[in-house]
Amino acid sequence: MKIKTLNLALAVSMAWGTAASAQTEIQWWHAFTGRLGELLDAQVAQFNASQTDYVVVASNKGNYSEALNAGIAAFRAGEQPHLLQVFEVGTATMMAATGAVKPVFEVMEESGLPFDPNEYIPAVTGYYTTSEGQMLSYPYNSSTQVLYVNRDKLTEAGIDPDVDLSTWEAWDAVLTQLKDAGVTCPYTTSWQSWVHLESFSAYHDLPFATKDNGFGGLDTELVFNGPTQIAHIEQLGKWAQEGKFIYNGRRNEAGANFRGGECALFTESSAGYAGVKAEAKFAFDIRHLPYWDSVEAAPQNTIIGGASLWVMEGHSAEEYKGVASFLNFLASPEVQAKWHQDTGYLPITNAAGELTEQQGFYAANPGTEIAGLQMTRNTPTANSKGLRLGSFDQIRTIIDEELEGVWSGQKTADVALNSAVERGNQLLRRFEQANR
Amino acid sequence: MEKRVIFKGWMLPALLLLPQIVITAVFFFYPAGQAIWQSMFVPDPFGLKTQFVGLGNFEYLLGDPFYRASFVTTAIFSSLVTLVSMGVALYLAILADRLIKGSGTYRTLLIWPYAVAPAVAGVLWMFMFNTRVGVASWYLGLLGYDWNHVLNEAEAMGLVVVASSWGRISYNFLFFLAGLQAIPRSVIEAAAIDGAKFWTRFRTIVWPLLSPTTFFLLVVNVVYAFFETFGVIHTITAGGPQQATTILVYKVYSDGFVSQDLGSSAAQSVILLLLVGILTVIQFKFIERRVHY
Repeated sequence: MKIKTLNLALAVSMAWGTAASAQTEIQWWHAFTGRLGELLDAQVAQFNASQTDYVVVASNKGNYSEALNAGIAAFRAGEQPHLLQVFEVGTATMMAATGAVKPVFEVMEESGLPFDPNEYIPAVTGYYTTSEGQMLSYPYNSSTQVLYVNRDKLTEAGIDPDVDLSTWEAWDAVLTQLKDAGVTCPYTTSWQSWVHLESFSAYHDLPFATKDNGFGGLDTELVFNGPTQIAHIEQLGKWAQEGKFIYNGRRNEAGANFRGGECALFTESSAGYAGVKAEAKFAFDIRHLPYWDSVEAAPQNTIIGGASLWVMEGHSAEEYKGVASFLNFLASPEVQAKWHQDTGYLPITNAAGELTEQQGFYAANPGTEIAGLQMTRNTPTANSKGLRLGSFDQIRTIIDEELEGVWSGQKTADVALNSAVERGNQLLRRFEQANR
Repeated sequence: MEKRVIFKGWMLPALLLLPQIVITAVFFFYPAGQAIWQSMFVPDPFGLKTQFVGLGNFEYLLGDPFYRASFVTTAIFSSLVTLVSMGVALYLAILADRLIKGSGTYRTLLIWPYAVAPAVAGVLWMFMFNTRVGVASWYLGLLGYDWNHVLNEAEAMGLVVVASSWGRISYNFLFFLAGLQAIPRSVIEAAAIDGAKFWTRFRTIVWPLLSPTTFFLLVVNVVYAFFETFGVIHTITAGGPQQATTILVYKVYSDGFVSQDLGSSAAQSVILLLLVGILTVIQFKFIERRVHY
């Protein structure tokens, strides 16, 4: 009797085992750790519990650069995952890899699952869409630049906390007042290239590179050394010399200074909201990114940063169907709205934005709607759709290096930007050669 | 006269050498050969297509002013690291050598930093000198010095040199101390009786007798500065500001793994291979002649 029960238990557990392995496994390699990693895992668990055909296995592969490298190395070894999270600057690299990636629109079409590109917000998906409107990768986490204001700091300096900061023209007087009142860090920024050149160009409807910012072909050339960009960097350089703009690092190092209450004004990703809200011991608000009023086309729309999910080639049709249903799950309004509210990343569908509005999130958390509004205020132009440049990670490093030369007073804005363009173009030619 | 042990036949010596040859072939000749082969191509990152460019990668590299500057950066960096780590180690070893009581404690304490991995050492120094929250930069601020290695090239170089030398001092210290203790007391005492002061004794007896150790450490430290300091540079400056701390090895990494330009990265490894070969020949041909065994 006992043995019989034992056998039965064994048989049952074996049956369970086979049932589990009958589920199609979808591998997803990503670059999220900490709070974002937890939220990602929660999404995966929810998906796995919601159906029985597929099981998504998410694995962290380090930071963005490391995850991309892991994906590339795995592809060369024939061990690639189904889904790979790639940051926005890796877009051109992935796009050029015909034969290594399977465009998302193709995956969705072949799966036969419902997929309507018109439900997505064009300003967000545009970055990852061909000129013909076909979605290449799935925009998983996208954010844009906004202005964070430490209201207490302004009040302390005798400035009305609601002072107009919407245009750069208004800034000099405010920064001078802050500086004169003894504020050690009137203004700081994170991601200088992203905020002050990439998005700056889009926001003022100026090209960052020829061939529609690289969307039109690999023979694109950088052109962000136009007079408006030079004037802007020159102004920032002047503020840096006068101690009104404090440079803290290439990435988001400046966030610590703002959250700690040292800095009055701060330009940063909308995804920085959760951190500021959790740590700031002062009244703050979120505003639109400033623009130069003297430029007629401004404000156009800002561009996104973040990462998207690429589907890798070399898997079975059944597995791709699993990928498609997982992407559909991520795009559903409830999942999307929760992701948007928890992280500060932009909603990627109109429905998710509307749901968030209905749930009263924007009313309860003023400022969180700014990023979305800023992205959707105009129909994106060829200059503001996004950027698609090879070796972009390294081009950003070059821009960082040259801008640091301006902040430290070693270079003038025009010398620095001309040099950045020249050095970046060399990399673009290398990339063109490698992907001919 | 050199002593030679003669083996009869060739089977046994071949068999004894085989493991070493296999290891060298698999872990050195094969990858080095691959690097030379790859340096003549421009491939895409995924290995889907590739183009033969002959010496095109080398042409591209040598035409790049930043790559040429990287040679100078590497020369400055490795000279400084070698000089600082060996100089401080020798000084400490001389002091420890003269100690009679408690020398064991000093030695143990001085050897500790060697156990810290370069990347960890890098993070420690990065936190101490962080421009905003660093302890060291805060004290410097009190003294009226505005430390900012994020923008200042000389400060960045100084910081990576100090961070790279720190753990290395322990290693050099061990060898110098052993070298000093191997010098016969009687020779030094004889010189002392003849009236030679400390500095004269050091210059005429200790330094020449220490030269095999110094030479060995010179070779090892240059190789260390060239290759093993990657972790320190990666964590503290990532090659910046304006590539002021981008040494050759760091550039191989950033071109190959950050910007996925594998052709250029392979060509750089080949140049590095040649460079280290030349350096080793120079060291053994010219410096070793001055070494007294």
